[in-house]
Amino acid sequence: MPVVMDGDRMARTLARMAHEIVERNRSLEDVAFVGVRTRGVPIARRLAEHVEKIAGVAAPVGILDITLYRDDLSRHAVGPQPLVRRTDIPFSIDGRRILLVDDVLYTGRTVRAALDALVDFGRPRAIQLVVLVDRGHRELPIKADYVGKNLPTAPAESVQVRLSEIDGVDEVAIEGGEAA
Amino acid sequence: MTATATALAGRHLLGIADLTADEIGLILDTAEAMKEVAERPIKKVPALRGKTVINLFYEPSTRTRTSFEVAEKRLSADTLNIAVATSSVVKGETLIDTVLNLEAMHPDMIVLRHASSGAGHLLSKVCRARIINAGDGMHEHPTQALLDAFTIRERKGRLAGLKVAIIGDLLHSRVLRSNVLLLSKMGADVWACAPPTLIPRGLERLGAHVTTSVDEAVRGADVVMMLRIQLERMEGNFFPSLREYFNVFGMTPERVALAREDAIIMHPGPMNRGVEIASEVADGPRSVILDQVTNGVAVRMAVLYLLAGGGDGD
Amino acid sequence: MEILLTGGRLVDPANGIDGPCDLRIVDGLVAEVGEGLAARGATVREVPAGTIVCPGLIDMHVHLREPGQEHKETIASGVAAAVAGGFTAVACMPNTEPVNDHAGITQLIVARAQEAGLARVYPIGAVSRGSKGELLAELGELKAAGCVAVSDDGRPVATALLMRRALEYASVFGMPVIDHCEDPTLKGDGVAHEGFHASRLGLRGLPAAAEEIMVERDIVLAGLTGGAVHIAHMSARGSLRAVRAGKARGIRVTAEVTPHHFALTDERLEGYDTNVKMNPPLREEADRAAMVEGIADGSVDVIATDHAPHHYDEKNVEFDRAPFGIVGLETAVPLVLDRLVHPGTITLARAVELLSVNPARILGVAGGSLSAGAPADITILAPDLETTVDPARFRSKSRNTPFGGWRLKGGVAATIVGGVVKYVNPDVVGADALKW
Repeated sequence: MPVVMDGDRMARTLARMAHEIVERNRSLEDVAFVGVRTRGVPIARRLAEHVEKIAGVAAPVGILDITLYRDDLSRHAVGPQPLVRRTDIPFSIDGRRILLVDDVLYTGRTVRAALDALVDFGRPRAIQLVVLVDRGHRELPIKADYVGKNLPTAPAESVQVRLSEIDGVDEVAIEGGEAA
Repeated sequence: MTATATALAGRHLLGIADLTADEIGLILDTAEAMKEVAERPIKKVPALRGKTVINLFYEPSTRTRTSFEVAEKRLSADTLNIAVATSSVVKGETLIDTVLNLEAMHPDMIVLRHASSGAGHLLSKVCRARIINAGDGMHEHPTQALLDAFTIRERKGRLAGLKVAIIGDLLHSRVLRSNVLLLSKMGADVWACAPPTLIPRGLERLGAHVTTSVDEAVRGADVVMMLRIQLERMEGNFFPSLREYFNVFGMTPERVALAREDAIIMHPGPMNRGVEIASEVADGPRSVILDQVTNGVAVRMAVLYLLAGGGDGD
Repeated sequence: MEILLTGGRLVDPANGIDGPCDLRIVDGLVAEVGEGLAARGATVREVPAGTIVCPGLIDMHVHLREPGQEHKETIASGVAAAVAGGFTAVACMPNTEPVNDHAGITQLIVARAQEAGLARVYPIGAVSRGSKGELLAELGELKAAGCVAVSDDGRPVATALLMRRALEYASVFGMPVIDHCEDPTLKGDGVAHEGFHASRLGLRGLPAAAEEIMVERDIVLAGLTGGAVHIAHMSARGSLRAVRAGKARGIRVTAEVTPHHFALTDERLEGYDTNVKMNPPLREEADRAAMVEGIADGSVDVIATDHAPHHYDEKNVEFDRAPFGIVGLETAVPLVLDRLVHPGTITLARAVELLSVNPARILGVAGGSLSAGAPADITILAPDLETTVDPARFRSKSRNTPFGGWRLKGGVAATIVGGVVKYVNPDVVGADALKW
């Protein structure tokens, strides 16, 4: 399976994204990161660390589990319910600029659920979307503000982001879909 | 997070007896996530949007029904409360007919409280809807045991290895049965204590040490759980007087002192102050009785959520 | 009309016969039995291979529900079930509506049974008026109308004083008092045997002691009065102990056990099937094992079914609301053969004693032997027939059995009452030849 981004490349990509975040947000005082479980969370933490190094501002990081907002819950004909884990946003999002972080942007449905969830926590001044990989095939009108890598894929393929905090290694790989 | 199960095998929740330790862990873990929802400014998630839940209560129960209703609403389910007066049931239609009529309205789940043990089992044979047992006779009250376990785990960080003393009317208590099954499955050391007239035969086989000595039950306990005494039918039958009951079996500060220093005091409610528990104990710093109520909503949200999936046990 | 039954193994413990034997029926009576009988103008019928010819089985404890509860069973449907189950006679309990405490009701039952014309029906009269446990019923009138015993079955003979008087008075008419033994003050509102399973399932308990106390009472009173007491549907090991001790003291006590009490235990309560709700309840394994032991060693005199039909709707309710009782007429023979005879616990001859000889003796009715001159009430057993219990095929109006789907070895080939074939089992190869 082809590895399209190795550890070095990922580190450089995240550093670049952090610079973009700092450039585009003149004041960082009201910025907060919210990572979407599972792999959005370590990415958000790493970006926050970079931002702190670059700008000297420690932006808080929250954890968002979007399971309860999924649009397929009531439609499952078969199969068990997806696991729900704890959401942990230990700060008020009211009036803040929220950097919503996920690993892969695909259909846009996860982001839609995350937006719905976020507005239940308050009224942020703005929400910006940060993704490590944009693989295309959107089903909803959603666009990322910061993209680590645009990765053209076939629908049959799957994009695996692996992070050392969870998977023991930093890499992005494309798997399956030999026909493509 | 301890569970390795990812789904409940059964279609219904009729009792703790049908759950594995892993499934119990899954429910408790899911309840942790659900508890956070209650701390948000908007205490509502769309998970069960479009699902219909009927709360069918054949016994009056403000506490359990309210808890289920809040849980359902927080998950955005459409809820319907039906309280059936038992007196009219005697003359009226059978439980099965009532439920088949409700089923014609396509509910997804039915939360059932009924005075007959096994009422949920009866319905599970004829219903398409998922049945959640909210207390059946003297049989089981699984969500109560789950919320008790959740509360213990929250305070103690674990269930395995804890000494849990359960004291009160064991004979008539569905809370007792569900708790003994659950706690013994999770590796706790369960002690059940009552006057001999209120001990069901064969309780040891269910997984509890049985004693008539409160001191023996409480000594070194991590958790002291008091059960309600049903005043109406007890006095003069199962023990001579409420006063004598309190003197011999009631939970007093002196008896609590026999438990571990960090022991917690639980009661499923509603309490009879001065009968099974002294007010100083119920309102004391070790009491987690109100936590139990809070956690009840989270645990019921977890059960509702997990049973709402399409996974079929059969 | 003369019939010669040939080719069978004849088991007639009353006459000490167990072996190949022919049997001649003349005008509804047994004319002679013996090996290699000559036809002498009789119609010769060969019984199917491997079958057993024995005296007609008698179920001394059934509920036929008529009059009053014909939605559960009628006398006609009950006797149809009886002959299909191999019983040539049944004794029916008086807890009908109204209670059979009066000669007029007894006569009605006898007349209905005659109309049905299948199994013989022996009514059992009430001990007390309305079975209320207060005033003695007119036992002499009941006897004259056709009752063969008295009982307040469904409930115990309420007080020791009433039991004493019943034993004394019924002995005048040679009738045993059959008692449903259960101390009402101890049984409370129980619905299942008080033990682990009832505790786990949250079902109110019926303690074995409630039965044992009243069995002891009855035996003491039988000793006091010299009357004959018959313990209905004995289920607890302590009751068996009391019966053994009573017999050893020479007291006139006999006892019956139902197939469900020797075949099932309270473990079956799991799942809340209302078809395992009966009274006395299914007890624990030690009790079941004791009943089997008593059946084997002779302490138990009779196997009777306590056939208690209930309508589907009545049983399709919460466990504690369902009525007590199960049907038994059409499953008794397979259960006795499969659970007691084939494992070698009892011989076929002993089974015939339990199902025919002893009930006839206790009730003082015809049957129980194939002696010359006896009515030709004959059951032909097919001990090797593989059967699957299918409640849909029951002749009984009710289907409340916990044995549905059970695969059992042993059944009935044919049932003959008064020399007339009343039932032939189509599943038995060669049984058609018996139709005459």
